[in-house]
Parts: sequence; C-alpha cells; structure tokens
Amino acid sequence: MRVNLTVNGAKETVDDVWEGESLLYMLRERMGLPGSKNACEQGECGSCTVYLDGVPACSCLVAAGQVEGREVVTVEGLAKGSSGVDEQLDPVQEAFVEAGAVQCGFCTPGLIVQSHDLIERVPDPSDAEIREALAGNLCRCTGYEKILDAVRLAASRKAEAAAR
Amino acid sequence: MDFLRPTTWADALAAKAEQPDALPIAGGTDVMVEINFDLHRPPALLDLNPIKELATYDTAEAPVLSRGDDPPHPPVKSGWLRIGASVPYTRLINELGDALPGLAQASRTVGSPQIRNRGSVGGNLGAASPAGDSHPPLLAGNAVIEVESAARGVRMIPATEFYLGVKRNALEPDELIRAFWTAPATGAQYFSKIGTRNAMVIAVCSFAIALHPEERRVGTGVGSAAPTPRRATAAEEFLSNELDWDGRTPFSVSAAQRFGELVKEAASPIDDVRGTADYRKHALSVMARRTLTWAWNDYRANKIAGREAS
Repeated sequence: MRVNLTVNGAKETVDDVWEGESLLYMLRERMGLPGSKNACEQGECGSCTVYLDGVPACSCLVAAGQVEGREVVTVEGLAKGSSGVDEQLDPVQEAFVEAGAVQCGFCTPGLIVQSHDLIERVPDPSDAEIREALAGNLCRCTGYEKILDAVRLAASRKAEAAAR
Repeated sequence: MDFLRPTTWADALAAKAEQPDALPIAGGTDVMVEINFDLHRPPALLDLNPIKELATYDTAEAPVLSRGDDPPHPPVKSGWLRIGASVPYTRLINELGDALPGLAQASRTVGSPQIRNRGSVGGNLGAASPAGDSHPPLLAGNAVIEVESAARGVRMIPATEFYLGVKRNALEPDELIRAFWTAPATGAQYFSKIGTRNAMVIAVCSFAIALHPEERRVGTGVGSAAPTPRRATAAEEFLSNELDWDGRTPFSVSAAQRFGELVKEAASPIDDVRGTADYRKHALSVMARRTLTWAWNDYRANKIAGREAS
C-alpha cells in the first residue's frame, strides 16, 4: 500500500508498504532514516521513539498505515541545517555529547527524542521528573547517571537561551 | 493483509460488519507486538486513529443498561463521564485525574510515557488480558462499556459482564468498543499493583478500591489473579456493612484482616513466570488492607482521594 506522510518537515510518499509493518520499519528500511533504532520491537526499550503529531511514541508499535497524512519527526529532524554543511545540533544532542551520555549510542536517539519532549513540556525538570520521563528508555552500557547529567545540562542551556 | 482506514464511526462499523475478522488497532501497543513477533497475523487491520470522536470525552446522563432491569451504580442520573475508547492514558491522567482518581492511578502504572501516549482503555478492553491495568478500577467504579454494531446498534455492558475469559470479552465479531461510561468519584479511590519495577511492568497482581459513600458501598477490582479481572463481591459486602459511614470512626484491625482474607478468597490465580499463585494471594490481601487504609483515612478527613471535598 501507499503511505503519504510528513517526515522531518518534508512531504513524502512511500510505496509498497506491507500492511502489517511498523512505522519504525518504514522509516529505517524504506525511507533511509536509520536514526530510530530497532531493538526490542515491543515497546520495552524506547530506542525507536519518534514524535507522532508532536507526541513521543514507540515507532515500532505504530502501524505504518496509521501515519497516513500525519507528521513524524525523528531524531534526524531535531538538528537544524543540513548534515555536513551547516548543521547545528539541538541543545539536547549537544548536551548528550558533552556530558558523555553516549557510549555505544544505540539507545541515544530514543533518549534524545524523549528528553527533547520532556524539556519542551517541563523546562526545569526535577530528577524525579527526568527519571519518570525516561522510564521507558533502556540503556545497557552508558549508565543512567551521565544521561541524567545530559538532560539537566540541556534544560539549563535551553533556559539560558530562552532568557537571552 | 488488508489495511482498513474508515474516517467515520459509521464507516468503521460497516467495515467491521463486512470483515468481522479485521483486528481493530488504536494505540497499537498490544496489536503491533503480536504482529512484530509474528504471533498473530490478522487478515486485516482496522485503524481507529482517523475517528477523532474516539479520542474525546464528555459528560452525559446516566447510561441505560441494555438488559434494562438494573439501575446504574452509583444511582446518579446526570454528570456521568462518557470517555471515548481511544483517549490515551496520558490524557486520562492529566485531564481526568480528579474525577477518576482510581483509573488515573492505574493509568500511571501502564508501560512507559511513550506507551501511555498511545495506549487506551479501549485497547485494554479489546485485549481483555486479565492483567490489564484499567480493569480493576473500572470494576470498582461500576463502569459500563458501550459497544456497537451496524446491524444491532448499541449495547451497554456493565464491566462486570464484559470479561468472559482469558483474553476473551463480550464483544460480538461485528462489534466495536466506542466508549466507557463511569460516574466521577464521590469517595476515595485507590489502585495498587505488584511488579518488579515502577515502569514497563505487567501486573503480577493488582487491586482497586472505590468508596461509594452515597450508597454506603465499597467497590473492588482484582487484576491478574484469575482468568478474568473480577470483583471481590463477598469482600465488598462485608466491608460495606462493617464501615462506620456516619461516625467515620477507624475500622478495626480484625475487619481489615477479614477484608484482606475475603479479597484473597475471591482470587483464583495461577503460577506463572511473573509470580506464584500463593504469592499473588498473599499480595492481594496486603494490597486490599493497604488501599482500604488509604481510602478510609481520606474519607475520615473528608477528602476525595487526597483532594478536599467541596
């Protein structure tokens, strides 16, 4: 079947989508967007988190056909500019790099999207709020301390930028 | 596989009538797991996301049950909530937490934020897993499920009659779940759940309690401890008579223990990967006593689930 959607601001048409396939599969295998990671395929790990109409969701649990006419933003869509030319990472992405919150990097895209949403909704989150927001994102190697550091850093950077 | 995308409720009913083996999908948090792991390959998916009314709620007159012989509980005529089947848990928590504290507490324990953004009570009802988190508060709060078919119209089914077996519910093959109806809390409500961590947990067992002071009645719901979610009716009757509704005096230790025992006796759990039957029974008696204590303390302080009664 054909699916029409907006991904990272661009209107796209995807053909030959299998009716039972997930949004995650369509993004990675048909649209060249491998940022969202495929790990558990059952909503346990959060590595495939994307925005669907502005709300974070596990893209492995959204049927591709359900996004017809809707708007998806993946981790690839958070930076401004184009890759390798004038790319400007989102403050959340920069904070993850600076805080050392990335080791193998597999969980990172999902954590970035979920943290991005948290800071949009709660500009100055408490540690409890951060832990709650990231409860559905599993990391098996970095350790969560540096991830918490990164979210705190990103929140303070965004607050500074907003105050300027 | 077919992918059906009706845009109106009438079209959805027509599609389900024409293809009764089409599997409805809303949040996808259960359905897609089964497809991703190839556990289930339905002939068609029926996408309910385009039907916007399923993600809305409003206030309504008291529902009239289809069998027509039973007044609704609580016996109030107006001010009921009719909540669309696809309203996600996140919105139940944020927007209806004051009106439905028991359901909101249960919703907070569902999966993770991403799951709660998509998952809904309609999906819980459709899947009819005995472990579904919304079932115990629906039972304790006397919810009524609105289902509909193109051929026979609406059926209003009390939650107590909705669950028929493990992952089996009262839906006919051509019916869809449209909404659930429940009256806003008039007394304290609490939900408790046993699991290994505070996120991404399928209940080992769970328990909900709701005080209905206007009827001097206690409602209960037991989750993940029988083939279906169920009420602990003997425990409800015992406690409703035992509590000092007027004087609001503390209940006795022996009354709380008896309540816990009766809740335990209402369960018929199995041993499985998440826990043993004995553990589940013990945990239920503990949760029953605990939630009773929280609820009665609120009632004595004239609070509705931690909020001052107006």
